[in-house]
Amino acid sequence: MTPRTGVVDDALVYLNDPLTWTEPGGVLDLTREHLALTAAAVAIAAVLALPVGAWLGHSGRGAGVVVWLTNATRALPTLGVIFLLAAGGLFGNAATVVAAALFAIPVLLVNTYEGVRGALPSARDAARGLGMSDVGILALVEMPLATGLVGAGIRTAVVQVAATVPLAALAGGGGLGQIIAFGMGTQRYGQVLAGGILVAALCLLLDGLLALAQHFLTPRALRAGANSGVTSR
Amino acid sequence: MPPSSLPSTSAGAAENPWFSWDYVTQNAAILWQRASEHALITVEAVAIAAAIAIPLGLLAVRVRWLAAPLLSATAVLYTIPSLALFAILAPLMGIGRPPVLLGLVIYALLVILRNTVTGLDGVDPAAVDAARGLGLGRIQVLVRVQLPNALPSIVAGLRLATVTSVALVTVGVVVGYGGLGQIMFQGFRNNFYRAEIMTATLACVLLALVLDLVLWAAGRAMTPWLRGRAA
Repeated sequence: MTPRTGVVDDALVYLNDPLTWTEPGGVLDLTREHLALTAAAVAIAAVLALPVGAWLGHSGRGAGVVVWLTNATRALPTLGVIFLLAAGGLFGNAATVVAAALFAIPVLLVNTYEGVRGALPSARDAARGLGMSDVGILALVEMPLATGLVGAGIRTAVVQVAATVPLAALAGGGGLGQIIAFGMGTQRYGQVLAGGILVAALCLLLDGLLALAQHFLTPRALRAGANSGVTSR
Repeated sequence: MPPSSLPSTSAGAAENPWFSWDYVTQNAAILWQRASEHALITVEAVAIAAAIAIPLGLLAVRVRWLAAPLLSATAVLYTIPSLALFAILAPLMGIGRPPVLLGLVIYALLVILRNTVTGLDGVDPAAVDAARGLGLGRIQVLVRVQLPNALPSIVAGLRLATVTSVALVTVGVVVGYGGLGQIMFQGFRNNFYRAEIMTATLACVLLALVLDLVLWAAGRAMTPWLRGRAA
């Protein structure tokens, strides 16, 4: 291993080289791939978790299942799941998306559930008194009231998935994690450091942007409690 | 280790079962060693994090303006993915155990700090007033009223930090110290030896459950006045 001060220099040289960013398979390409994988995983998780979470929250059933699922996935090591998928024949980016979506589902599920569950009972009663159906109450009263928590859940899920995707690079997945995995494999620790900085920067940037989006997309009347999501990690 | 190497190539595409007791018994020694490393680094990280976070939480509740910057600073650290954090720390601290331990401490810090502050904030002001009225000093109020009342929340933070740490240790594979994660990775490289990966993954979940149960029991023993109420 090179002297430790050299590592920082190596990382800076690597990050300062324009070719690092623009070459095919360079940082820009990898970032694009990273974001595409993140979007795909969150989209799959949302399609599965939002309707189920909303319905469970509306009917008030399944609280135990939601809590159990959240706790169980916390104890499950992501890396083990990625390697098990590989051992089952699912490799590369497909495995990355499946594994990341798997861990995003509980986050979205619990936030949607709590959001719908927490809708003001008086609002729900008023809607029922007006003669609205279950589906109408869920779509027109409970879901709008749950916007804050669902938004917080999506933000947490996106950041968590963007943080999970690099792990899959250890099993041949794409995205910015490749820089770290490749640097480790070739003992170029400057690149490992640079890759770590890039991944961390991407996650912090995503979190910041989503915080802004969350602030502006939440209806003004709901803004007060919007930031306190139910997080999981 | 002859038993664990390349089982699927020896007899053609023969058997690669998802679980095998033979694997477990033949590799019991190394499994136990990795599991002990895994448990030890987790406990050590949570203990260090608690030793820092609980006093910090007490300080944040006392010195109000400190709370917001402390919590947001730790939240920023929490947003950094574990793989990235290990990748940043390893070149600076050297490969192996130290970067993993420091990374785990950082993640556990936020969880414990947040729960300590929440717990202390939730203490009934009437109870604190009553204690002051009985003539208890600040330290006594803290030790005999505030901390015991905040204990359930602090224990919940310790449990959450422990369970997440157990899962995070496996990521230490990238810097060569992943506890049971080393066995998962070895299984992955041994031509996808399923039993090896599955055993390590299950052992990891089991370890998280056992440590969680121990902390739950300890928390219960320390709060006898809560027994009989709903959790």
